[in-house]
Amino acid sequence: MNASNNIGIVNAQYAQFNTPISCKSGAVLPNYELVYETYGTLNSDKSNAVLVCHALSGHHHVAGYYADDPKNVGWWDTMVGPGKPIDTEKFFVIGLNNLGGCHGSTGPMSINPKTGKPYGASFPVVTVEDWVESQARLADQLGIDQFAAIIGGSLGGMQALQWSLAHPGRVRHVLAIASAPRLTAQNIAFNDVARNAILTDPNFYGGDYYEHGVVPTRGLRLARMLGHITYLSNDAMADKFGRGLRSDKYSYSYDIDFEIESYLRYQGDKFAAYFDANTYLLMTKALDYFDPAREYDDDLNKAFAVARANFLVVSFTTDWRFAPERSRAIVKSLLHNRLKVSYAEITSTHGHDSFLMQHTHYHNVMRAYFDNIASEFTA
Amino acid sequence: MSTHDHSTLAATRPDFAAIAAWIPQGASVLDLGCGDGSLLRYLQGTSKVQGYGVEISDDNIVACIRNQVNVIQGDLESGLSGFESNAFDYVILSQTLQATRHTEPLMQEMLRVGREGIVSFPNFGYWRNRMDILQGNMPVSEVLPYQWYDTPNVHLCTLHDFETFCHDNKIYILDRRVMTGDSEIRLLPNLLGSTAVYRFKRAV
Repeated sequence: MNASNNIGIVNAQYAQFNTPISCKSGAVLPNYELVYETYGTLNSDKSNAVLVCHALSGHHHVAGYYADDPKNVGWWDTMVGPGKPIDTEKFFVIGLNNLGGCHGSTGPMSINPKTGKPYGASFPVVTVEDWVESQARLADQLGIDQFAAIIGGSLGGMQALQWSLAHPGRVRHVLAIASAPRLTAQNIAFNDVARNAILTDPNFYGGDYYEHGVVPTRGLRLARMLGHITYLSNDAMADKFGRGLRSDKYSYSYDIDFEIESYLRYQGDKFAAYFDANTYLLMTKALDYFDPAREYDDDLNKAFAVARANFLVVSFTTDWRFAPERSRAIVKSLLHNRLKVSYAEITSTHGHDSFLMQHTHYHNVMRAYFDNIASEFTA
Repeated sequence: MSTHDHSTLAATRPDFAAIAAWIPQGASVLDLGCGDGSLLRYLQGTSKVQGYGVEISDDNIVACIRNQVNVIQGDLESGLSGFESNAFDYVILSQTLQATRHTEPLMQEMLRVGREGIVSFPNFGYWRNRMDILQGNMPVSEVLPYQWYDTPNVHLCTLHDFETFCHDNKIYILDRRVMTGDSEIRLLPNLLGSTAVYRFKRAV
């Protein structure tokens, strides 16, 4: 581990909330816990806080590593750390695991205090709006009235956008990376196939598989394999795997022949071993439901009328799951409302996954933008 | 931005001062092919404009952000579909017209998106350019710094050409400044001016 540009050893912290949260679905959670990590130091006037919102399979461990698990490096360690684009020597960065997650925040796996059993199917279907509400309560606990920036990729970008709508006065800069103002029918379709893989797994038991001592591994594995295909570009797959074979001959069976099959199965297995199927269902549904224009006659311009933040919108040329045109729709509505916005369309071969990659130009854009944010409170 | 920065920029690009003189305080401005954002940064200082730039180059996107200028990455040649009609007071095309391929539709797009358009370009009719041609060479100068084989300039024109173009396309010219270096040229502008700046709107 290179200590010079890594934040180093980090620790997860827990915040307990005993004020009930009313979800958009109408369900109420009487109390809940959120797990989070922080990096850097909150300055005296609390003006340097940055919230990192995670995507479908993300969590609170954004940067650094754990003392007892040095190989477990945060999922955005390339972006967040000392001297990195989100420089922890200037910013106080918060990563959290969203409500409904499976990495320590209250979710379907957690014990429902009313029943003494895991929530399972009874855990509410939470939305991006609910997450933002819970994140605002975490900010309250940490004494942060206004974030310097809120950033996220993909589903995380939707949360960042929602912050600008739900709490326009509480965020100065919103960064939506590889995101969308709402999913397309095709995108919802992919999510529904993934959900069906889980829902039809015989070990799913209507979501209450915990008490049967089993896990719907097959479904979760298939869901992840499908998702993974959509996060990569055709070109990236062709470059990495092509039609490469595991051995030189076809097996003329249904065993693994091609490298891509081996890779996808490995990714599926790895994911199914640590991720919770109910959380996967819930996260994909949150993606599908997010649509701020819906309450404004499908007019995104009207939805953004309340926003006050400055925006950076970033997309990637080969991302077909959250295509550049989806980001351009966000930009158009921000322009309509005369909000400050910059938009970068990064040429990258890595599809939707690009937002997690270390790409020189992408990181230069982020660094330039965050340097400007830092100049606002250090000047 | 300090006054010093303004004068430095104005000296580097005399068309900046001419453009700034036309733009009222607080106007909304879209700068097409905005480069590193120098003009918008200048206008933000002189006229407190609400400015956005459009740029295609990766390096310039970073430069604009560093210059604290809003920039939208995009290709002018594919039109301005990302912008609503009448969204801006002024749409500027500074030293870029001559390098556009779809010049006619782009001029129309400028006047769809903006109330008025402002264009600056090197005058191909400038006497030094004519001398170069008479001597049998393509002009190469400070304003036209490229060789024939590496120039991005595919649609060079003279003042006369541009004015005829506007007439034919129902574009009404509101104002014109012709310059050589930082001096304004009033006499025989198509011969003595190296750079022209025009302000125009749709003819009704």
